[in-house]
Amino acid sequence: MLTFVLRRFLEALLVLFLIVTATFFMVRLVPGGPFDREKDIPEVTRQQLEAYYGLDKPLPVQYLNYLGRLVQGDLGTTFKYPGWTVNEIIARKLPVSVELGALAMGIALVLGIGAGVLAAWRPGSATDTVPMSLAMLGICLPTFVLGPLLILVFGLKLNLVNVMGWNLPQDRILPALTLGLFYAAYIARLTRSSMLEIRGEDYMRTARAKGLPEARVYLLHGLRNGLSPVVSYLGPALAGLITGSFVVETIFNIPGLGRFFVQAALDNDYTMVLGCVLFYAALIIVFNLISDILLVWLNPRRKLA
Amino acid sequence: MKPFGEKAAPVAGRSLGADAWRRLRANRMAMGGLVFTVLVTLACVVGPWLLPHAPEAQNLDLGASGPSAAHWLGTDVLGRDLLARILSGGRISLLVGVLATTVALVIGVSYGLVSGYAGGRTDRLMMRFVEIIYSMPFTVFVIILMVYFGRNLGLIFVAIGAVEWLTMARIVRGQVLGLKEMAFIQASRSLGQHPLNIMTRHLLPNLMGVIIVYATLTVPGVMLLEAFISFLGLGVQPPQTSWGDLIRAGAESMEEYPWLLIFPSLFFSATLFSLNFLGDGLRDALDPKNG
Amino acid sequence: MRFLLAIHVLALLSGCGPRRTRVEMADVVGIIIIGNGSDPADLDPQITVGLVEFDILTALFEGLTATDPVTCAPTPGVAESWTHNADHTAYTFTLRPDARWSNGDPVTAQDFVFSYERILSPAFAAEYASLLFPIKNARAFNAGEITDFSQVGVKALDAHTLQLEMEGPTPQLPTLLSHNATFPVHPATILKYGKMTDRNTRWTKPGNMVSNGPFVLADWNINERVFVKKNPQYWDADTVRLNGISFLPITNQNTEERAFRSGQLHITDSVPLSKRDGYRDADSPDLHIDPWLATYFYLLNARKPPFDDVRVRHAFNAAIDRQALVDTVTRGGEPVADTIVPPYTTGYQTPPSPIREDVALARRLLAEAGYPGGEGFPKVELLYNTSETHRPIAEALQKMWHDNLGVDIELVNQSWPVYLNRRKNGEFDIARAGWIADYNDAGTFLTMWTSDSGLNHTGWANATFDQLIKDAEQAGDPQQRLDILHRAEAVFLDELPIVPLYYYTRIYLKRPEVKGWTPNILDLHPYKYVYLKTDTDDEGHVDGLLPPAPTQSPNPANQEPSTKN
Repeated sequence: MLTFVLRRFLEALLVLFLIVTATFFMVRLVPGGPFDREKDIPEVTRQQLEAYYGLDKPLPVQYLNYLGRLVQGDLGTTFKYPGWTVNEIIARKLPVSVELGALAMGIALVLGIGAGVLAAWRPGSATDTVPMSLAMLGICLPTFVLGPLLILVFGLKLNLVNVMGWNLPQDRILPALTLGLFYAAYIARLTRSSMLEIRGEDYMRTARAKGLPEARVYLLHGLRNGLSPVVSYLGPALAGLITGSFVVETIFNIPGLGRFFVQAALDNDYTMVLGCVLFYAALIIVFNLISDILLVWLNPRRKLA
Repeated sequence: MKPFGEKAAPVAGRSLGADAWRRLRANRMAMGGLVFTVLVTLACVVGPWLLPHAPEAQNLDLGASGPSAAHWLGTDVLGRDLLARILSGGRISLLVGVLATTVALVIGVSYGLVSGYAGGRTDRLMMRFVEIIYSMPFTVFVIILMVYFGRNLGLIFVAIGAVEWLTMARIVRGQVLGLKEMAFIQASRSLGQHPLNIMTRHLLPNLMGVIIVYATLTVPGVMLLEAFISFLGLGVQPPQTSWGDLIRAGAESMEEYPWLLIFPSLFFSATLFSLNFLGDGLRDALDPKNG
Repeated sequence: MRFLLAIHVLALLSGCGPRRTRVEMADVVGIIIIGNGSDPADLDPQITVGLVEFDILTALFEGLTATDPVTCAPTPGVAESWTHNADHTAYTFTLRPDARWSNGDPVTAQDFVFSYERILSPAFAAEYASLLFPIKNARAFNAGEITDFSQVGVKALDAHTLQLEMEGPTPQLPTLLSHNATFPVHPATILKYGKMTDRNTRWTKPGNMVSNGPFVLADWNINERVFVKKNPQYWDADTVRLNGISFLPITNQNTEERAFRSGQLHITDSVPLSKRDGYRDADSPDLHIDPWLATYFYLLNARKPPFDDVRVRHAFNAAIDRQALVDTVTRGGEPVADTIVPPYTTGYQTPPSPIREDVALARRLLAEAGYPGGEGFPKVELLYNTSETHRPIAEALQKMWHDNLGVDIELVNQSWPVYLNRRKNGEFDIARAGWIADYNDAGTFLTMWTSDSGLNHTGWANATFDQLIKDAEQAGDPQQRLDILHRAEAVFLDELPIVPLYYYTRIYLKRPEVKGWTPNILDLHPYKYVYLKTDTDDEGHVDGLLPPAPTQSPNPANQEPSTKN
C-alpha cells in the first residue's frame, strides 16, 4: 500500500511536470502579450515592463526561471492583476471553489446514489421511471440555463435567497444545486445500471439463499459492489465540476477560482493560467488516487496497480 | 469509468444484430428516442430549405416578437425567425456532435485496440499516457486552441474529439484484453495472421456493440460541451448559430423574451433525451444477459 | 454532507419573512454599494491604467488638482492655489498646510518629488509615465538618458511649495494633474515594503496602505470587493458624508441587474441590452442614460484593397441604417454618429459630415470603385472582441452591407489580447473600436489619426491632416487651436478611414436615495460629494453641496485618453 502511494506520488510529479511544460509553451503560442492595451504604451515602457517580468529573455530561459521559482513554491505575479501574486489569489479563492465543489459533489452523491438505488430496486416501476426521467432532465439542461432559472424562481419571485454572492450560508444552496444536479443525474444512472447488473451475481444469490432479507442483501452487499463505477467516476466528475464552476461562479458572482481559471486563459495571463492548471491537475490526480484506493477497499478482489 | 458494456460477453454469432434489434424494438422509450432523433435530424437537414424565412434574414423593425402565424416560434432581437435559426443551428450542433464523436471513436478505438492487443509493457505505457491526459484540465486547452487557431468549425470538432477519445480508449482496451484470450482469436494468432488483420477482421466486429452504445452517449456530451464553449462566446461565428449559442442568447433575456430560451432548449433537451434513451436501449439490447 | 445540507435548509427557512435588503441596511450606516464591472488590477495609482481603477483611486487619493463634477474643470486638490508664467512653461503650486496622509503625516512637496521620481524611473516601468513627459527632462529620465532626477523639472522649494518646469507651453497641466498617475504616494510606506521602484510590494494591501484622499482602504479581496471607509484625516472630511463605499466586481451584466433589482446594489455599472426596454417602458426612475464623451466606430484598413479606395469607404458608410441599429440593437438612447468628435464636446464646432445614409449612392460608389453590385468584391473580415454588445451590432451591420451592397463579410470574434494584437498589426479589414475621452477636448479624438501615431491602426495617412494636427499642437490660443482641429476633422471625414456608428451613453441603474451623483460627459463622480438620503421629501437642490466655482478656468487640452473595451 505504501509503495503504491509512493509510486503514484512520483508519477504524479512527472505528470505535473509534463503538464506545466506543455501549458507553458502552449500559452505562448497565442498571439498578443499580457500588456496589450487599446492605447499604445511607448516602446521604451514595453521594454521596461518585459525586463521587469523577465519576458525579454529567450523562451527556454524563461521556462527554466519559471521552473526554478516553481520548485520554491513561487507561482509568480499575475500580469492582469499586478497587485496580486498567483499564490495569494489561489490561497484566497481556492477555499471558495473547494466549498462549492464539495457541496455540489455532496448533493450529486446523495441524490445520485439515492435515486439510482431506488430506481434499481423495482426496475420498470414508478420508483424507477420517475427518478430516472428527472435524472435525464438533469443531464440535458446546461448549467447556464438551470442557474438563472433557479435564481428567477427562488431569488426573485419567491424572494427566499439572495440572487448572488457568497456571504450567508443560504447563499450556497442555489449554486451548489446548479452545479451538482448534472452530476447527481449522471451518478443516478451509473448507480442504477450497476445495481441492476449486480443483482444477478452469484454472491447475491448466495446471500439471498442464506435467507437474509432482500432489502438487506440489496443494500449491504449490492451497494458495496455496485458503487465501483460511481467511485471510478469521481475523478472525471471533479474535472467536470471545475469546468462547471466557471459558469456557476459567473452567474452567481461567487468569488472562487473558476472565474480566474478561464478568464486568465482568455487574457494571456501566463502565470495565472499555469498556476491554475497546475493546481487543478494536482487536485484531479489526488482524486484519482483516492478513488483507486476506495475501489480496492470496496472490492478487495481488485489489485492496486 | 466503464459504466457500461464492460462485461458484455463477446458473441460471434450472426444472430447478434437481429436479436439486438428485436430487443430494441420492444423498448418503447428507446424506439421513441430513435424515431425522434431521426425526425429532428431530418428537420434540421431539410427544414431550412422549406421554411419561408432564411435563418439569417433580419427584420430590425420587427425586433423580438413572440410566436405568431408568420413566425411560428417567434423572432429574436434582430427580427430573425427563431424556427429557421433553431433548424439551421441544429445542423451545426448535430454535425459537431457526430463529427467530434467520430474523431473520438477513431482515435479511441484504434488506441484501445493497439494497447489492449499489444498488452504488457506497451499497454501499461499507453494507459499511463491516457491517465496523464486525463489529469489535464482540458477546458483550458480547448480555449487556448480556439484562441490560437481562430474559431473555425473544423477545429471545434477536432478539439472536442480530442477530449472525448480517452474514455473510449479505456473501454475498448478493457474489452480487447478479454477478447484476445478467446479461442477464435487465439486460433487466428496461431495461424500466423497479421495482427492488423486480427484487429480489423476479428476484434473490431466484436466491439461494434460497445462502440455504438458509447457513440450514442457521447453525442449528447459533445453537444453540451459545445454549449459551454458558446457560453464563453467562443462558439460558431455569426451568422451561423448552434443550439448552445441560441440557448446562451436566450438565457440572457429569459424574462423579456422567454420563447428565445424555451424553444431552443426544448429542441436541445428533447434531442439529448432521445439520444440518451436510445443509448440506454442499445446497451440493454446488445447485452446478451438481457436476452 | 447531508448534515451540512440540513443546516443550509434550516438557515433558508429561518430567512423567510420580510427581509431587509442589503441596500436598506447599508443606507442606515451610510455605505454605498457600487457594481463596478470588474476587479481593479491594482490599487497603486502609479501602476494602473484603467477606468475601473481610476474610479476607486479618486476615492483613496488626491492629486494636486481635483475635478469639478459639474464642469469637469480642474479644482484645487492638495494644492490650494497655483500660478504659472505667461507661456505656461513653469508652474508653482502651493500645497494646503492641512493636507494629511491617513496616518497623520502632512502631505509635502517632497512627497510629490518622490512620487514623480518613482513613476518616471525606468526600473519601475510605469505604463502611464508618458503622462508626465511634458515636464522638463522627464522623457529623458524615463528613457534612461539622464540618471540624476534633480535634472528633471520637479522641485520642492519648501515643504508646501512645488515647482514644475515644463518642456514647452503646457496650458493643460492642471487637468493632467487630476489623473491617478500623478497622485502622490507616501514615501515612508513605499520604502517600508520594498525599494522605491519595486512594482509588486504589499503596500497596497488593507492595513498597509497610507493614502491622502477622502477615503482609506479597509478591505480588498480580489474577485469579491474593495471596501473603503471615510478618512478622518482628510483635510475636507467635513464635506464627505458617506461612511464607506463597497465596490463589487460583478462581471456578468445580468447578474448585476438581478442584484440591483433585489436590493443588493445602489448603482450598477451597466444595464443588459435585453433589460433596457423594460426599464424605459416602465418609466423607471432608476434608469439613467447620460451623454458620454465617447464614440463607437469601425476601423477600415486603408492599407490594402478594398478599403484603400476612398469610394469603398464612403460606400460602406452610406449603406447602413445607424438609427435602426441604435433603436433595435443597442437600445441605450445613443445618438447616431456621423463624426468622430462628439458634437457636444465643449468649445468645439463639428464640421459638416459628408456621410449620407443613401443606399443608391452607396451602390453607385461601389460600382465606380469596380465592384458593381458587389461583384468581384473580396471576402472581408470584421474583427471584434467577445462581448454581449459587439456581437449583435456586427451581425446587424454584416446583414445591412450584404443586403445593400451585395458584399460578404465574415465575422471574426477574438479574445481581448488577440483582437488587440491583430488590430495593431493591421490583420483585419474592418475592426470594431471605441474611444472614450478622459478630458473634455476635441483633440483627444483627432490626434491619434496622424500617420506616425501608434493608435492609428487603419494605416490611413494624410499629409494635410498631419500638418493640421501639428499646427494645432503649437497654437498658443485655445480657440485658434480648436479651429484648426475643426479643419483637421473635415479632412478626416472626407477621407473617412472609419465607420462612425454612435456616440456612447452611460447607461446604468441608480437607486433614488443616492444623491450628489452629478451626471457629466466624462462620467466622473467624485465620491466626496455623494451621499445617501432615503426620505422622499426632496430638499430641492441636491447639488447645493458642491464647492464654489473653480478658481482656474478650464484648460482642456489634448491628453492621453483612456479607453474601454
